[in-house]
Amino acid sequence: MLIPHPLLGPRDSSEFSYLGDASLMDRPDGMAPDAAERFHDYVHLRDNPAGIHRELWFHEQGDRSWLVVTRNTVTHEILGAELARDARKGGAA
Amino acid sequence: MWRNPDPQPSYDYVIIGGGGHGLATAYYLANTFKKSRIAVLEKSWLGSGNIGRNTTIIRSNYLLPGNEPFYEFSMKLWEGLEQEFNFNAMVSQRGILNLLHTDAQRDAYRRRGNAMILAGADAELLDRDGVRAMYPWLNFDNARFPIKGGLLQRRAGTARHDGVAWGYARGADRAGVDLIQNCEVTGMRIENGRICGVETSRGYIAAGKVGVAVAGSSGRVMAMAGMRLPIESHVLQAFVSEGLKPVIDGVITFGAGHFYVSQSDKGGLVFGGDIDGYNSYAQRGNLGVVEDVAQGGMALMPMIGRARLLRIWGGIMDMSMDGSPIIDRTRIEGLFLNAGWCYGGFKATPASGYAFAHLLATDTPLESARAYRLDRFARGYPIDEKGMGATPNLH
Repeated sequence: MLIPHPLLGPRDSSEFSYLGDASLMDRPDGMAPDAAERFHDYVHLRDNPAGIHRELWFHEQGDRSWLVVTRNTVTHEILGAELARDARKGGAA
Repeated sequence: MWRNPDPQPSYDYVIIGGGGHGLATAYYLANTFKKSRIAVLEKSWLGSGNIGRNTTIIRSNYLLPGNEPFYEFSMKLWEGLEQEFNFNAMVSQRGILNLLHTDAQRDAYRRRGNAMILAGADAELLDRDGVRAMYPWLNFDNARFPIKGGLLQRRAGTARHDGVAWGYARGADRAGVDLIQNCEVTGMRIENGRICGVETSRGYIAAGKVGVAVAGSSGRVMAMAGMRLPIESHVLQAFVSEGLKPVIDGVITFGAGHFYVSQSDKGGLVFGGDIDGYNSYAQRGNLGVVEDVAQGGMALMPMIGRARLLRIWGGIMDMSMDGSPIIDRTRIEGLFLNAGWCYGGFKATPASGYAFAHLLATDTPLESARAYRLDRFARGYPIDEKGMGATPNLH
């Protein structure tokens, strides 16, 4: 798989390490009264969709940036990639 | 081999998933627990998932008390399986050897071997000469990863994957279980917190209890019940070489990378390594892992470089948050879950079916499967053999 890095162009996926669902960027509030339950869900439960999946890849063998890659888990087609910090700024994640 | 019945309007027990675990569940439910009015619903043909895609290894060489008694129970079921269902599953106890390369690894394997023996399994720690006597052609003096010994389980081995599915299917069918193929579950009817039945591509089927055994697709199926699981689906690749004369009579695992190899009775070297590491439902992987597995093979047994690869394929694994499975009820009354087998589901097939049938029939867990609870993450009792934490792609 080639990941279209927004700064470096197409890079082989083997340069990256994979973390998982991009919703992991949204940590629950640790001070909330139901924090224990929300952190359980955050750490352990996944939507695990068959189809479009937004996910975090770390360019470990490259510029060490975090990317949010949009990919189809049924076909492995990569539909786009953006810097995780931009994705957060836009509030899209 | 078996009938091909149309679905009846209602059953006492509906098993979703006609793979190894689902068929074994139906088999034991009918034959051991003497239940009737049972159906297995399979969206494709029987045994079309991971039971037909694995590398056929059976073993009980786990460390943790939540796992080892269960896998040893499975090993004992394997030993009597062909007599049990009167079908040739080609169970071959040719032994599995886990190689060790460092002093720390020897300590870890000694501890593991002791844990296995405590649970009633067999284990032998071999020194370098012991390994050399078995497999003199291994790369003992690799500069980075010299072979210092190994942990041997002689009772482990291989079995014919399809034969297991067919044996259980025939035995279940003869006990009156309806095996319904080309019947995809498309929805679950849940009323007042209780499951009433399932919507399928062949109409609505009412059910007293529903057991889900669809590893690889667990997330998709349980989403129909509004549940999110502690599971990600990942692709694992497997490899077979062209047929060769007999060279490996057991199963060998490399201790310095992730690589394991055995030789089938047809002569092909059967081998594999890590999962690809990203969410996937594609049943095929990428070349990065192919290269990694090939490098592992070359480090362990340089002669493998002369073998030509015949086939590569992929299967979809239920990678759980601690690397261990789930056999439990759910918060929906009457709905039960058997999932999260990671890449170790094949060896567990008999015990998984037995334990799931026990749970469905008696509403209580089998003693050796008590740790496989769905709520163990919330309660703080994960069963994490590798100590990796909630990172499914690293287990």
